[in-house]
Amino acid sequence: MTTITADHHGDHAHEHHDADHKPAFFQRWFMSTNHKDIGTLYLIFAIFAGIVGGAISGLMRVELAQPGIQYLHGWAQMMDGSDASLDQAYHLWNVLITAHGLIMVFFMVMPAMIGGFGNWFVPLMIGAPDMAFPRMNNVSFWLLIPAFALLLGSTFVPGGTGNGAGTGWTVYAPLSTSGSAGPAVDMAILSLHIAGAGSILGAINFITTIFNMRAPGMTLHKMPLFVWSVLVTAFLLLLALPVLAAAITMLLTDRNFGTTFYDAAGGGDPELYQHLFWFFGHPEVYIMILPGFGIISQIVATFSRKPVFGYLGMAYAMVAIGVVGFVVWAHHMFTTGMSVNVKMYFTAATMVIAVPTGIKIFSWIATMWGGSISFKTPMVWAIGFIFLFTVGGVTGVVLANGGVDDVLHDTYYVVAHFHYVLSLGAVFALFAGFYYWFPKMSGRMYNEFLGHLHFWVFFIGVNVLFFPMHFLGLSGMPRRYPDYPEAFAKWNALATHGYEIMAAGMLIFFVNLFWSLFAGKKAEANPWGEGATTLEWTLSSPPPFHQFETLPIIDDTAHH
Amino acid sequence: MKMMRSLFVAGLLAFAPALSVSVPASAQENAAAPAVSAEAAAPAEAANVAAPAEKVAAPPRMKPTEGIGMPMPGEYTLQKQFSKTGEYAHWIHNGLLLPIITVISVFVALLLLWVMFRFRKAANPTPSKTAHNTLIEVIWTVAPVLILLVIAVPSIGLLADQYKPAPKDALTVKVTGYQWYWGYEYPDQGIPEFVSNMLTAEKAAEYGEPHLLAVDNRLVLPAGKPIKLIITGADVIHSFAIPSLWVKMDAVPGRLNEKTFTIEQPGVYYGQCSELCGARHGFMPIAIEALPPAEFEQWVLSQGGNPKGKAAEKSAAAPAPAGAPAKI
Repeated sequence: MTTITADHHGDHAHEHHDADHKPAFFQRWFMSTNHKDIGTLYLIFAIFAGIVGGAISGLMRVELAQPGIQYLHGWAQMMDGSDASLDQAYHLWNVLITAHGLIMVFFMVMPAMIGGFGNWFVPLMIGAPDMAFPRMNNVSFWLLIPAFALLLGSTFVPGGTGNGAGTGWTVYAPLSTSGSAGPAVDMAILSLHIAGAGSILGAINFITTIFNMRAPGMTLHKMPLFVWSVLVTAFLLLLALPVLAAAITMLLTDRNFGTTFYDAAGGGDPELYQHLFWFFGHPEVYIMILPGFGIISQIVATFSRKPVFGYLGMAYAMVAIGVVGFVVWAHHMFTTGMSVNVKMYFTAATMVIAVPTGIKIFSWIATMWGGSISFKTPMVWAIGFIFLFTVGGVTGVVLANGGVDDVLHDTYYVVAHFHYVLSLGAVFALFAGFYYWFPKMSGRMYNEFLGHLHFWVFFIGVNVLFFPMHFLGLSGMPRRYPDYPEAFAKWNALATHGYEIMAAGMLIFFVNLFWSLFAGKKAEANPWGEGATTLEWTLSSPPPFHQFETLPIIDDTAHH
Repeated sequence: MKMMRSLFVAGLLAFAPALSVSVPASAQENAAAPAVSAEAAAPAEAANVAAPAEKVAAPPRMKPTEGIGMPMPGEYTLQKQFSKTGEYAHWIHNGLLLPIITVISVFVALLLLWVMFRFRKAANPTPSKTAHNTLIEVIWTVAPVLILLVIAVPSIGLLADQYKPAPKDALTVKVTGYQWYWGYEYPDQGIPEFVSNMLTAEKAAEYGEPHLLAVDNRLVLPAGKPIKLIITGADVIHSFAIPSLWVKMDAVPGRLNEKTFTIEQPGVYYGQCSELCGARHGFMPIAIEALPPAEFEQWVLSQGGNPKGKAAEKSAAAPAPAGAPAKI
């Protein structure tokens, strides 16, 4: 995408000593102002949260493996005491679905995509020495810790029928107000407040960095697509999260101070909460996937040894997705009793999103077309992403139809849809990015065989896990159910086997991760060859502690 | 549009008494809700256990038919539909959307496989430098737009269909979602609210019905007649859903949502609450028993109601007072 003039390499060599001066351990990791270290912290945090969130989904799949309640009651007795009732067990189920959703969204995907890869590679790709506000960057990360602690802690305090917040990640009123007595839901709300504040600070940081700290010559239209994706994402965060904060603050006052924003008896409206939540919630799903789009664009171009096809179209497709993403929120509310005109509008507007998304899919394929493709691990994950995101995308077109949604809303079809775009889309992008940048971040190569093996086992696992959910949804199985009629047994059993395969895939990932960290081959500055044209590959692997003390000059003749 | 709105307002006015009952109930959820349910449960039980001798006996409990109104083991597609809009929507999904999305997915998959094969490093050592082609970019922008238009036209038609206002002779039932059961009231027939709870596994087996779908008191409706449900929630949001009738409408406290449909043939149609409503969200199923009109009238009589509706009763007894809101 961009090339830099050769003379900056020389500058770097004799500054090497200064650039590599690292502070002592505590100062380096607990009071960090270094974007790469903070990025590493985010990635470690996201992996930890991912293990917690993934383990919770394992509990759910085990319980759903066959009809009837097998383990849930026992777990409730472990959590709430030996006298826990069956209702408390059912409540525990709701706590599990809530925790799984919130952890995966706010503590796994977002920290990994934006905090982890965004922090690591936005400054490197634009030729900046660091983020614009390094100390604020640190605050953004450390706000996540109390937020996560509050969320995990909420499981041990009363939240209505049993311990923990059992409202679903959407926290709909009035279930989350009058329907959930006790401090658990308050703690979950405060957790979202804090995580949200951290994300807003991060968004401000990224916007400022990208607008002001690009290397000389790097115009907006020369920025790598990953930087574009983080820029669009940061704007979405900045505009959407305050709305969530307002919505859940009103929840908090409804719960504790007798206000009635969401209570019809006091002149409020439960639907108001849903409108506010989804005004945030829909952009939120693009917040989770857009950086993934950016990662895939970099990888496909690198391993096809070709510049990205239709660069401007790709960049502005993301802008379009971001803009349109703000005006389609009520397709999450098709069954709430909205008027027919409103449903028609949201049906049509939602379908529009398929157009820029289609542009992206076809542009990735066109980038590969005519290329010289090498199938390194990041590339297989990226190709897997393109296919699975397409499958998740087309079921989105089905759900966009307000009339059809009348039967599919709140069924497993929706669960299948959003796991195809997020669990198989965003997560595949995360793995693709992780393998792609692992040599740069760690200075060591990952194991290519284990990487491929991880891909195939994971790919088969998640498809066996999530594809049958389409069938369950079509035949009518509602979401968020701990038990189901006999008729749904077959596909649920299959899905649980899929989880087992997926979990085996994750084991391979961790083996690869630790083996590579300690025994991997030393990585060169650019292990991917001439296809990798972005600035991070001009630096050593790992990059010096401080990079670009002399700014690189972007060659004017370079084109994408 | 105007006509629809005024009809809805008329409907609201007609059920003003129902409204005034439900609003205080949700205003003081804690105190009022149990009271309402206890009150409501009493007549239902009475009707169920022993109908008074001078009244008509209820028609026998209908046996569900395997594969109708319920999911089938291992089923991988939509349930068979038993309402007009359901059949239309079923066609839109199976005849239009499913083929389109399958073709798109297969097309993308084949394209990917071909590109992976044809342009692998061994087959194509020197990459091309092509990064633009305006024509192809226009094509892949316009083609999805056209596909979406093909989808949008019938889809918008379906929405218009689903919102057709109920005809004047529609049977009105007020449906209320409680934590964790449903309440059904027939204001025009004068049948007070009765509640519908899930059957235990043993009871369901005894009746030969699927566990987690079977209920004690079903929502009894006439087949072949237009039905208008007025749906609300008493405590938190629930959702009234019957997959085989293409019906799903949230039961929101403080709001009256309306859903109109006609069941085409007698039968038992099951559904499940479809909005997370607390601990027993998974255990408040819905069962509709659609009876032939004559048997439905018999059932109304057995509940102490008037099959002709209150309107008929009134016009026979005395002319409507001047200035009263128009009655359906």
